[in-house]
Amino acid sequence: MKHTIAILVEDLPGVMARVAGLFTRRGFNIESIAVGHSEIPGISRMTIIVSGDEKVLEQIIKQLNKLIDVIRVRDIPAENIIERELVLVRVHVDSLPVRSEIIQLVEIFKAKVVFVERNTMTIEMSGDEEKVGGFLNLLKPFGIREIVRTGRIAITRSSKNGLKV
Amino acid sequence: MELGGTEIIVECLKQEKIKVIFGIPGAAIMPLYDTFGKYEPLPFKNILTRHEQGAVHAADGYARATGEVGVCVVTSGPGATNLVTGLANAHMDSVPLVVFTGQVPTALVGNDAFQEVDITGITLPITKHNYMVRKVGDLASIIKEAFYIARTGRPGPVLIDIPKDIQLAKGNFNYPEKINRKGYNPSYRGHIKQIKSAAMKIMEAKKPVIISGGGVINANAAPELMKIASKTNIPVVNTFMGLGSVPTNHFLFLGMLGMYGRYTANQLVSNADLIIALGTRFDDRITGNLNQFCPQADIIHIDIDPAEIGKNISIKIPIVGDLKNILQQLNNFLGGKEHNLWLQEIQEIRAKDPISREDNDPLLHSRFIMKALNELFKGEAIIVTDVGQHQMWAAHYARVNYPRHFISSGGLGTMGFGLPAAIGTKIGCPHKTVICISGDGGFQMNIQELATAIYNRLSIIVILMNNGYLGMVRQLQELFYDKRYVSTLLAGNPDFVKIVEAYGGVGFRVDKQEDFLPILEKADRKNQFVLIDCHIPAEENIFPLVKPDSSINQMIGVD
Repeated sequence: MKHTIAILVEDLPGVMARVAGLFTRRGFNIESIAVGHSEIPGISRMTIIVSGDEKVLEQIIKQLNKLIDVIRVRDIPAENIIERELVLVRVHVDSLPVRSEIIQLVEIFKAKVVFVERNTMTIEMSGDEEKVGGFLNLLKPFGIREIVRTGRIAITRSSKNGLKV
Repeated sequence: MELGGTEIIVECLKQEKIKVIFGIPGAAIMPLYDTFGKYEPLPFKNILTRHEQGAVHAADGYARATGEVGVCVVTSGPGATNLVTGLANAHMDSVPLVVFTGQVPTALVGNDAFQEVDITGITLPITKHNYMVRKVGDLASIIKEAFYIARTGRPGPVLIDIPKDIQLAKGNFNYPEKINRKGYNPSYRGHIKQIKSAAMKIMEAKKPVIISGGGVINANAAPELMKIASKTNIPVVNTFMGLGSVPTNHFLFLGMLGMYGRYTANQLVSNADLIIALGTRFDDRITGNLNQFCPQADIIHIDIDPAEIGKNISIKIPIVGDLKNILQQLNNFLGGKEHNLWLQEIQEIRAKDPISREDNDPLLHSRFIMKALNELFKGEAIIVTDVGQHQMWAAHYARVNYPRHFISSGGLGTMGFGLPAAIGTKIGCPHKTVICISGDGGFQMNIQELATAIYNRLSIIVILMNNGYLGMVRQLQELFYDKRYVSTLLAGNPDFVKIVEAYGGVGFRVDKQEDFLPILEKADRKNQFVLIDCHIPAEENIFPLVKPDSSINQMIGVD
């Protein structure tokens, strides 16, 4: 099963390596990892998406809690979560009809064209896993040149369940 | 007060009341060593070892024997990488160390400079925490934090990497009173409801057994454990790391558990209806086949590290916190118990225990040597071992009266640990008799530390169980690899007596049983470094044992 792990860490050198190391050592493949500053200076939030054995994951979470630089860790249940990912995608455009078809898709998905060349368009879009996946699937037949994804970030729905220091 | 970086380090060590450091200088740590030279007097002993691995094991032995933090100071690059085994060793056995490594100047870091290595990266998974100091202003607070982290919670090694320019820079010295790390708050108090339900379970149990692990020793909780065991008449078995937490001649003590454990201990745990596991991590060497480990028992597990709860086996009543606190509280909820039937059943099991049998073997074998040591020292000496067959013989036969009196590399099983750890032990406990039990294989892995021991006039007695083999591996080849003795014969062994003499120590060779005790007595009277080269039978085996992946109650070599 897929898990979304939210982590609060002190913003110190090496913290990414410490966190990631615990997953790799136990044979867990990190599907995505995203880090950025939080609302508190000196503290960052990480969102890690992994799937794998539940018991091993429980052990990883306990080990994460043991890291000195880690302040809080939580495996957030899917029903309590708002997830987003930002994608930049460069798609091949060889004709005017294709161009307008893509622009239509961009509008439907509330995405945005951020750069246009003679043969390509670069599109920015964000959404949850389903939306991003759906959009990329629709672009595929046109020929995708490049995809860059931030990795998913997540926040709890209710402020009551939020991960706080 | 403005001080140089290296002076800040010395002042911090002074604040931490450090009595001794172990290490070897090199280019990137020379400013610090130079400052040691300028201090009059230097507030701690500075012991030069002959290899960095020797330094870290010595600091480790010192920490295990005294309960204080062991400190070691080495240079960058190879100096730092030579610590790796020792750090992993201390990490596995939860030993508090603070280790300083020199580093190339900040401007060169990341440039593959001479003797540069990413030691914080390398030691990430084998330290409790590590640091690279980037500003001289951070030095004091990092050192304060490092000592705090090393000795609190579940203890462990902490490494501080200090670039040369930081050592040479000047900064304000202000030793912080407190540390404040949001992510580090070990819990010491056990959950009272859990403690109460544990007490109830213990009072109801018909066949309870206590497994006492290394955590009991780390928490200085041996007296509390004894109180509970005596009050409730619950038998106690040890893990290897827990040796010494109960006096080995106590009538409730029934030996070591596990793969090389005692028959009685393994049977006891297999037949128990309640296991009270204290400060143990249910390592595979303890449990054998996990599915068949104490099938009838509920388990109460008390440990300071929440990550150990349920890691290997499922636990009925987990309690996280400091063992000393928790056992005190638990004791309040316990009443007296007799357990006559259970203790009687144990006597029957004990009668089948090969270790309790009479031993008429006339050769100079390890069992005889261990018994002679017991006869002379009566469990009052500190026993330090290396790793191998002799280590298991020592674990079975050594009489140990107190915690911190059996020092050995448990989790990592590091050959070469014995001699340097004995050095640290003797320096930490100068008034104690220190016996280093080693093998001819392991002894040669850090044999250079003879210089450190003998130059510093450390009166350690080394009992070298010399069988001319890497004995433990040879035994496994005999039992499980059709006796193909590949690379286990130590052809080319030196004359150990001559080697010790060359370093300025005293050496004896013993081949016969009747010669051993007189020579041991002589060695004890000498008050200097003595090695007794004991030529034991080449193919002596350590029995009984549990085959890998078998249940621990199925032992080879019982009848």
